[in-house]
Amino acid sequence: MCGIIGVIDRTMARMDGSSIKKALGLMDERGSGEGAGYVAYGIYPDYPDCYAIHVFFDNLLEPKSDVDKILQKWGRIVHQEEIPTYEQPGLKKEHIPWRYFFKPYTDLMVGTTNPDDDNVKRLVMTINSNVEGALVFSSGINLGVFKASGWPEDVANFYRIEDYKGYIWLAHNRYPTNTAGWWGGAHPFNLLDWSVVHNGEITSYGTNRRYVESNGYKCTMSTDTEVVAYLFDFLGRRHGLPSDMIVEALAPPFWDEIDEMPEKQEEFMRTLRLTYGPALMNGPFAIVVATKDGIVGFTDRIKLRPLVVGENGARLYISSEEAAIRVMDPEVEKIYMPRAGEPVIGSVVE
Amino acid sequence: MSLGSVPLKYKISIDREQCMKCMRCVDNCSYGVYRVEDDKILIDSRKCTACHRCMSMCPRDAIMLQEKPVDYRSHPLWTAEAREDVINQARTGKIILAGMGNAIDYPIIFDRLVLDACQVTNPSIDPLREPMELRTYLGKKPAKLEFTKNNGDVELSTKLAPNLKLDTPIMIGHMSYGAISLNAQLSLAKAVAKTGTFMGTGEGGMHDAIYPYQDHMIVQIASGRFGVDINYLERGAAIEIKVGQGAKPGIGGHLPGEKVCSDVSCTRMIPLGSDAISPAPHHDIYSIEDLAQLVRSLKEATNWEKPVFVKIAAVHNVAAIAAGIARSSADAVVIDGFRGGTGAAPKVFRDNVGIPIEAAIAAVDQKLNDQGIRNEISLIASGGIRNSADLAKSIALGADAIYIGTASLIALGCRVCGNCYRGLCPWGIATQRSELVERIDPQVGSQNVANLINAWTLELSELMGAAGLNSIESLRGNRERLRGYMLDEGLLNVLKVESVGA
Repeated sequence: MCGIIGVIDRTMARMDGSSIKKALGLMDERGSGEGAGYVAYGIYPDYPDCYAIHVFFDNLLEPKSDVDKILQKWGRIVHQEEIPTYEQPGLKKEHIPWRYFFKPYTDLMVGTTNPDDDNVKRLVMTINSNVEGALVFSSGINLGVFKASGWPEDVANFYRIEDYKGYIWLAHNRYPTNTAGWWGGAHPFNLLDWSVVHNGEITSYGTNRRYVESNGYKCTMSTDTEVVAYLFDFLGRRHGLPSDMIVEALAPPFWDEIDEMPEKQEEFMRTLRLTYGPALMNGPFAIVVATKDGIVGFTDRIKLRPLVVGENGARLYISSEEAAIRVMDPEVEKIYMPRAGEPVIGSVVE
Repeated sequence: MSLGSVPLKYKISIDREQCMKCMRCVDNCSYGVYRVEDDKILIDSRKCTACHRCMSMCPRDAIMLQEKPVDYRSHPLWTAEAREDVINQARTGKIILAGMGNAIDYPIIFDRLVLDACQVTNPSIDPLREPMELRTYLGKKPAKLEFTKNNGDVELSTKLAPNLKLDTPIMIGHMSYGAISLNAQLSLAKAVAKTGTFMGTGEGGMHDAIYPYQDHMIVQIASGRFGVDINYLERGAAIEIKVGQGAKPGIGGHLPGEKVCSDVSCTRMIPLGSDAISPAPHHDIYSIEDLAQLVRSLKEATNWEKPVFVKIAAVHNVAAIAAGIARSSADAVVIDGFRGGTGAAPKVFRDNVGIPIEAAIAAVDQKLNDQGIRNEISLIASGGIRNSADLAKSIALGADAIYIGTASLIALGCRVCGNCYRGLCPWGIATQRSELVERIDPQVGSQNVANLINAWTLELSELMGAAGLNSIESLRGNRERLRGYMLDEGLLNVLKVESVGA
């Protein structure tokens, strides 16, 4: 059991983190005080073309010098600093959150149409599996994840998230079961432009993990949510599938429904399922995924976890609970529950 | 000098108080254990194979069978079997022939693997109330979906290669007409048609009585090319090249002449009563590129309309061989483990060559995963799969589907006596004698086999539901849902499975 909430302003008007803090705090009983986190898009306008790499360091000695070395080898560190944090009585600072603004050397990556992203993806995998005492937990452009072990309010106050302004926010309140409440295990999970918050347990994790690992990803955080971020990156960025198609691959209609579809659609869905069978996600889940272009929320194929949608003008909310949306936006106009597996998509309008 | 006789394998006795002298045992035993003299049923236990035909037909349960009625001096190395094999070979100077699968007491890996179920954090799914998808497609899959977008309309560019659509991931393996009787094959064919799955013809051609079920038949091309012509290829739903089989890796098939009756001889296109001995290798496949050519030739001959499978025995280097096959145009690779059954095999091969299917599935799945091509080819496992748990474990280790052989014959009456090569099967299965073959009614036989497939399918649904999975894709290769119990670290590492408690 976990609580999730996400919001997008489709006109890209930026919101500070105070209201999502309140909304997540309302869902305290969905968590256990062992993990909470936030991600916001559009928060680093001063570094519009740098990868914002957020790292948890155990100390600033060996792990940091190792990471510095790796980053300097593969690109240029434009700016770096400790992420400002503010002591909270209920939160033990176990790591030092650090951020780099990083520009990869494009010509160092060969054999790809997407050298910068692939370079950074590879760096993240390398650091997370090889450098002890360092964990990259956020690696996109103009976005940042802020998470820790603790209650939602404490984590929000620890990072003072009201100081950040973004046009997309996702937040998550964790009740850990699979892995202990360590900082790396808190949500959101992020890779490059993809961020994921997830309530549930993916019973197909073993299959999904083998699939992404056979395609160059490495699961290092011992939790099932990580694999969702990689699946979105793989299908979305590497295979060029749009969000709704990714959701159809991850939570496809049942064969009985596909059999009844008009011929062309039937052929499409059958081909999609056969091509991406190992990406199908099973087990109870409600997930919200964000990229710079928008958010998409969806549940498992038989909706074993709650997901509610609210709309108010340019703003679209997706959450575990209606009450959380109402706290965030008392004026919210339209509230509805999507069907099982049905994607809810909020895209920015340019 | 005489070596004398070896002791009896089995001793048969009749409870004379129970016996009503109905003579069913006399009529049913095709091995000649029983005869009648002066209104008394006499017993020649030496001829008994423990096929249980007499007992299962006895209305009074009057017949008793004792295995190993005579003790040898016990010895851990020189077992009774070891001694008797030496005596036999000293007498004959020949290779010892044996039927059914590997009979050595190797540890069974399946029995050291346990499955998972949901508790609290995720709900189990009730297959009686929720959809449960076992549908399995066998064949090449695209690595990536290609499409174009015109004004929001998605136009698919990817065209799927032909795939077999299975309603359940259980198929029946290749047992030829010749090795088994027509009534046995007909029963199996009717059963797969009923249950929406497929079976193999074996390397014995296709009898015209099977034609009505040809859409459910996978036609086999083995090194002897018995029964192969264009008519045969075109009738099959898929084509399978048999390179090797688990019961006897490295050697060809062997059908004793006793079983080559006129119908078998016509279907196989070989002379009446002649031994049908397939060459050890295919003489047009001396390397992997030759195999790739044969795959393409078969596809070309059938208009690229049929999937082509390649079957190999699970041998030490099985993963690399499978990866080579995956690079050809082959649609599926079939791995047959060392417990696979057979009608006739040299005992030394049956018992000593090859590796267990569990390790072979895991190794092949891992290799194909490492090379990023796992989903592009299907993996079919066979060789010693006894029940739905073995099935579920096979899929969790990485198989797409399985072949069953022995289990389907047991559903027709087989008691695994292991004398298939003698052609006297009292159950009418591994024989061509019409009076024995008639003992199988294909209508009844097919229902039994269909029942078995349906029962395993139900059990698999329940196991998946308990594990919180409603689609077979999510079980495939899902090692997280397996744990090893009392398996050593080396094997856990090969299986990529954690220990119980981990």
